[in-house]
Amino acid sequence: MIAHLEDIIIQTVCRILIPFIQVYGLYVIAHGHHSPGGGFQGGVILGASFILLCVAYDINEAKRRLNEKLDTMFCSLGLIIYSGIGFVCLVLGGNYLNYSRLGHILPVDPVNARSLGILGIEIGVGITVMAVMISIFLDLASRGKHEEGLE
Amino acid sequence: MELIISKYNYWVYIILMMIGFYAMIGKRNLVKKLVGMNIFQTAIILYFVSTGAKRGASIPILEGGHGEAIHAIHAAHYVNPLPHVLMLTAIVVMVSTFGVALALIIMLYRRYNTLEEDEILELRK
Amino acid sequence: MTPPFPILIILVPLITAFFIPIIGWWRRDLCYPLVIAALSVSALSSVFILHLVGEGGTIHYYLGSWDPPWGIEYVIDHLNAFMAIIVSAISLIVALSSKRSVERELPQKVVYFYCLFLLQVTGLLGIVVTGDMFNLYVFLEIASLAGYALIAIGEDGAPFASFNYMIYGTIGACFYLLSVGYLYVVTGSLNMADLSRILPDLYHSKVVLMAFAFFIVGVGLKMALFPLHVWLPDAYTYAPSAVSALVAPLMTKVGAYVLIRIVFTVFKPSFSIELIPGTAILSWVGAIAILFGCILALGQTDLKRMLAYVLIAEVGYIALGVGLANKAGLTGAILHILNDALMMACLFLVVGAILYKVGLRNIHQFTYLHRKMPITMAAFTIAALSVIGIPPTCGFFSKWYLVLGAIDANQWLFAVVLLVSSLLNAILFFRVIENVYFEPANAHGDRGHEEISIDEAPLSMLIPILIVTAGILSLGVLSGKIISSVIQFAVPAGL
Repeated sequence: MIAHLEDIIIQTVCRILIPFIQVYGLYVIAHGHHSPGGGFQGGVILGASFILLCVAYDINEAKRRLNEKLDTMFCSLGLIIYSGIGFVCLVLGGNYLNYSRLGHILPVDPVNARSLGILGIEIGVGITVMAVMISIFLDLASRGKHEEGLE
Repeated sequence: MELIISKYNYWVYIILMMIGFYAMIGKRNLVKKLVGMNIFQTAIILYFVSTGAKRGASIPILEGGHGEAIHAIHAAHYVNPLPHVLMLTAIVVMVSTFGVALALIIMLYRRYNTLEEDEILELRK
Repeated sequence: MTPPFPILIILVPLITAFFIPIIGWWRRDLCYPLVIAALSVSALSSVFILHLVGEGGTIHYYLGSWDPPWGIEYVIDHLNAFMAIIVSAISLIVALSSKRSVERELPQKVVYFYCLFLLQVTGLLGIVVTGDMFNLYVFLEIASLAGYALIAIGEDGAPFASFNYMIYGTIGACFYLLSVGYLYVVTGSLNMADLSRILPDLYHSKVVLMAFAFFIVGVGLKMALFPLHVWLPDAYTYAPSAVSALVAPLMTKVGAYVLIRIVFTVFKPSFSIELIPGTAILSWVGAIAILFGCILALGQTDLKRMLAYVLIAEVGYIALGVGLANKAGLTGAILHILNDALMMACLFLVVGAILYKVGLRNIHQFTYLHRKMPITMAAFTIAALSVIGIPPTCGFFSKWYLVLGAIDANQWLFAVVLLVSSLLNAILFFRVIENVYFEPANAHGDRGHEEISIDEAPLSMLIPILIVTAGILSLGVLSGKIISSVIQFAVPAGL
């Protein structure tokens, strides 16, 4: 479905731009407190950088760097970070997602612990959203056939 | 006339929602139904976000960072952030539904080789 | 610190659902024990919660320790605890029986099937536990999306049925979101208890009326109330057996629970009964749904499709009970949620067992089945008797309360509808039972000719069926105790 375009200009420009796009995506995730942004938006930008690689080059080129099995692992990993932080707060004695309890294990006071807890959650969400965007695109572009298989 | 001009955001969202709703029900091609679903959900998101807007308000982020004494906050100067946050979740739901729907359409196309609803119903008989 | 059971009941299936793809990649046969373990923890937590609620009253659990209305709150009173036990127990029983049928019907997708299964159970449990309107929308969409994906794995007509279900379900969820938006605009709060406090001053405004109308239509789409039921027969017929056994008893009942919450808790009974004819409309719609479901089921020969139409009729019973809006009617409706979940679980598990062993779905092909699978067909007969409403099975008691409620409200027509529907259900199920138990006349000559040996369903499918059947019989006898200890407090005050 995605034909192999051999256009040298697009390939060169994409090769230069993709790292910057990824850094921008990480910036958006990390600055969710202070400017519009956050986990979902940054994750979509990171996923879009990967899809740009697929569009400019070939799908197999992208699959060489992040194959589908690893992608599914990233989906689960981000969500495990999210629920794990909440669960740690539960274990440390507070309610679920009560980040101020993280102040017991991190050397900050409870208010700053809430801020850091949200940052951790956003990172988890960003990883998952990136993985899901890539997974949706790979499934649709390869017309649903898993050439490498997942099991 | 006064009714339309003062509440133009509601009119915009109602018209968009009805366009999307008609496309979901009235069109026969499955991809057109999906496009209608997307327009329908986007109209609802637009409505929610527009209810949080205030005249002359700025983005709801406090300058000054941590630890400094912050002066009194007048809520009328900041846009209501709660609808925006709720709509982030709704956008994620919209994208997930769209992803599942596209996967289903690919399965249907591989099986029936057409995307028209009446042709699929004919082939099913 | 408040006991963490309200969050454990959701958290354990959720985290397990995220671990299953990783563990499934490593070793596939570890998925099933993990699923059973997670659902058992959930079921045990719900039993503890019911015990705590019975002793100490309503439990409030604040997520992130933010007080409501600024934070999300989980409120568990008797109705929630009741629903939580139903959902977690039935999903555990269905998960126990799903192993064989999943391995036969969808061999390459076992890992993803269990992941989606747990996500659906998480969504359903979240709907019954939460006390925040928008959180309910999020869990509703989690359950629905997992449902669309699970139904689409099935046999030939499944992707199209799932696509149809998705269009309808998205409209329903979006209408629900719209009405939450309307309520937020006029009140500024998303918490259910807070809304029920603020709304009575606003009952005269059109925004609240529109919000109520959108709620009823949206929730009606999700629970397949009469004119909005069109997606249900196709979706539940073509789904894999384990999926129909999970979704059929639970998804519509959880929708009915949301209906009860909105009509009686968020909007006080004075609004829903007196100010607008909301409950009157619901009762008429329920009565038509009962007749419609029973009559249309008479024309089906595919057993699964017939049960799907019976399910539409059962949803009609609950809507009728909610619409009658008196104590007996609502007691009947809530008791019917429990009974219907058990009956539908038993019926769909039996259909799954028959499909696994014999591969037949047409009613007229069921001859000699009582000799081949006697225990399974006995369970089917008991569940059929419960649907018809014969004591001491549990179906009798909920119908009894519904008829009492109809008589209390002076609606003799509804009492007649309920009795006629019992008759129609009797015709419906005796058709199947006749084909199963009574052999055709010309076979008498050569009865010794074919020796049909007992070839029962495997133990992992038989034991859940027996558990549910024992539940149908014993919960019928214990109905009085259930009503006096749980349902009596779950019926909203003021009726």
